[in-house]
Amino acid sequence: MCEPRGLPTVRPVRLPGGSGAAERIEGLRGDPRRRRRERSVGSVFFAAAALSVVVSAAIVLSLAGEAASFLSKVDPSSLWSEGWFPRRSLYDLRTIVGGTIMVAGVAMVVAAPLGLFTAMYLSELASPRARRWLKPVVEVLAGIPSVVLGYVALAFINPELVQRFLGGTSPFSMLGAGVAVGILVTPLVASVAEDALHAVPQALREASSGLGAKRTTTTVRVVFPAAVSGIVAALILGLSRAIGETMIVAIASGSTGGSLLSFDIVGPGQTMTGAMTALAVGSDRVAVGGGGATVNPVDALFFVGLLLFVMTFALNVVSERLVRRMRV
Amino acid sequence: MGAARTLGATPARVATQDALRGTRMDLGGLLLHGLLLGSLLLTLGVLATLLLQVGTTAWPVFADRGLDVVTSNLSSIASRAGVWQGIQGSMWLMAFVVLFSFPLGIGAAIYIEEYARGTRLTRFINANIRNLAGVPSVVYGLLGLAIFVKLLGGVTGGRSLISGGMTLAVLVLPIVIITASEALRAVPGGIREAAYGVGATRWETIRSHVLPYAAPGILTGTILALARAFGETAPLLMVGVATGFLSLGGGGLVDQLQGPYTALPAIIFRWSKLPQADFREGLAAAAIVVLLVVLLAVNALAIILRNRYERRW
Repeated sequence: MCEPRGLPTVRPVRLPGGSGAAERIEGLRGDPRRRRRERSVGSVFFAAAALSVVVSAAIVLSLAGEAASFLSKVDPSSLWSEGWFPRRSLYDLRTIVGGTIMVAGVAMVVAAPLGLFTAMYLSELASPRARRWLKPVVEVLAGIPSVVLGYVALAFINPELVQRFLGGTSPFSMLGAGVAVGILVTPLVASVAEDALHAVPQALREASSGLGAKRTTTTVRVVFPAAVSGIVAALILGLSRAIGETMIVAIASGSTGGSLLSFDIVGPGQTMTGAMTALAVGSDRVAVGGGGATVNPVDALFFVGLLLFVMTFALNVVSERLVRRMRV
Repeated sequence: MGAARTLGATPARVATQDALRGTRMDLGGLLLHGLLLGSLLLTLGVLATLLLQVGTTAWPVFADRGLDVVTSNLSSIASRAGVWQGIQGSMWLMAFVVLFSFPLGIGAAIYIEEYARGTRLTRFINANIRNLAGVPSVVYGLLGLAIFVKLLGGVTGGRSLISGGMTLAVLVLPIVIITASEALRAVPGGIREAAYGVGATRWETIRSHVLPYAAPGILTGTILALARAFGETAPLLMVGVATGFLSLGGGGLVDQLQGPYTALPAIIFRWSKLPQADFREGLAAAAIVVLLVVLLAVNALAIILRNRYERRW
């Protein structure tokens, strides 16, 4: 008999003669020390896995707790006032939610066509060799830090495009920030949509070709409809990322001290994430007692954070559902 | 007849293909092909142009001061300012990520894939992890602010290196779990059965058989997660990374860990918003170049590791 190498020696199983079945099974279980270690290692791994649930709970509890304390202190009418001015205790939600929707909308106008077309090319038309090169490139681009694109938006997109061609007057603009967010999100949309297109069974393509359809017809009329739920999932995921994107907005959309509700897309505007960085970095941190403010503006941070969390969570759940339907 | 006309001059295969394909020009197909390829090239082109812009803006700074920009400390004088403290701070933050989220993440992945695959609890944990991966990074910053800065302020020292590092570690945890799970799942079941067959327990199987085969995949994934953490800025702003001026006092290791810190992306954020053009243009771009060089090196390392050790079953 040869001993398995690299494994601890197994105590030979001795079947105690003449004893009951229970003891016989006990003998088969092997060394009790080994079994104890087995159990303790298992529980260590379980604890590691359970930690992720603890993190989720901590996120929800800390956001909800602090947001509730903010809501209990703040005057409800200030949540629906003329603008977002934490220092004057004005926390108009329309301003920041509206800004977020505008920036995310611009981002999706950029990212949806670019991302989807890129995905369709990579999945359906590119030669296998081109695909092998292009796919990692797209994935590396997805890893560009957002602070880099924020700088790019402020230094190039705003002055060179928005101000020069569209008559923007401020160095900050929601349009420029939105375009940069769109560029950031494009590789993500492309990657997820490509997975969806790639998952369409080859038999569908073959059947379509067998009927005499051209490759482009197959792509547009067969593969795309078959993958549509995965593609919608990719777009929703992109939207969720665009809403939660922070650094680009904080740098390039002019989210400083306060802002009035603005629909001027070439001008500056406040978004939820932009308002959060302004609150955290300190341009709003000092509570100037305008109208006897008793609320520390930093408390608003958690309230906006909770709002953001709920929005992105809802989008992620919808996206997840769509992907799962795709798999069935 | 087109086919008959060309039959004499061209090989029969080509002629037959031509005949089958028809003589109509596939205009719609060409247009679509052009559109799709065009948007791929546009995406790559726009990003290349933007990065090139950053590079050309940063070039005068590097030409002027050489690597002095990298090795100098923060300063209010543009000609003396550098990113050294940011690099140091970012390295410290990465140490926290490696120390905490790598073992915890890999451990969680082992539980999910090897111990309780497909159980109801595991499905719940899995869904939970996917949701965590989709939470915007600012929200992790708020978690860090509530837990590490406020609740555990006595231990962490408030807005300190520990708080920043732990926040990033939590942020990266779901990514590490997901990539490590994928690597474990790619190990064929036969490998495990071979180990069980010679009497190994579950942990012995994992340690001696599964982990060695999954190691390259796990390593690649964790390195990419590290790269993600390196560029994160928003959560650090929430937990009070220093963006202005920083004098790192001496003191012991504990004092340092509980003290203020800065990070490379936070410096970029700060500089790109300063009113002085020297900072806003040249220096911010130079800091971005440093950041991108680091990230490119890390990504290249991950790709090399993957190509060298990847195994197809």
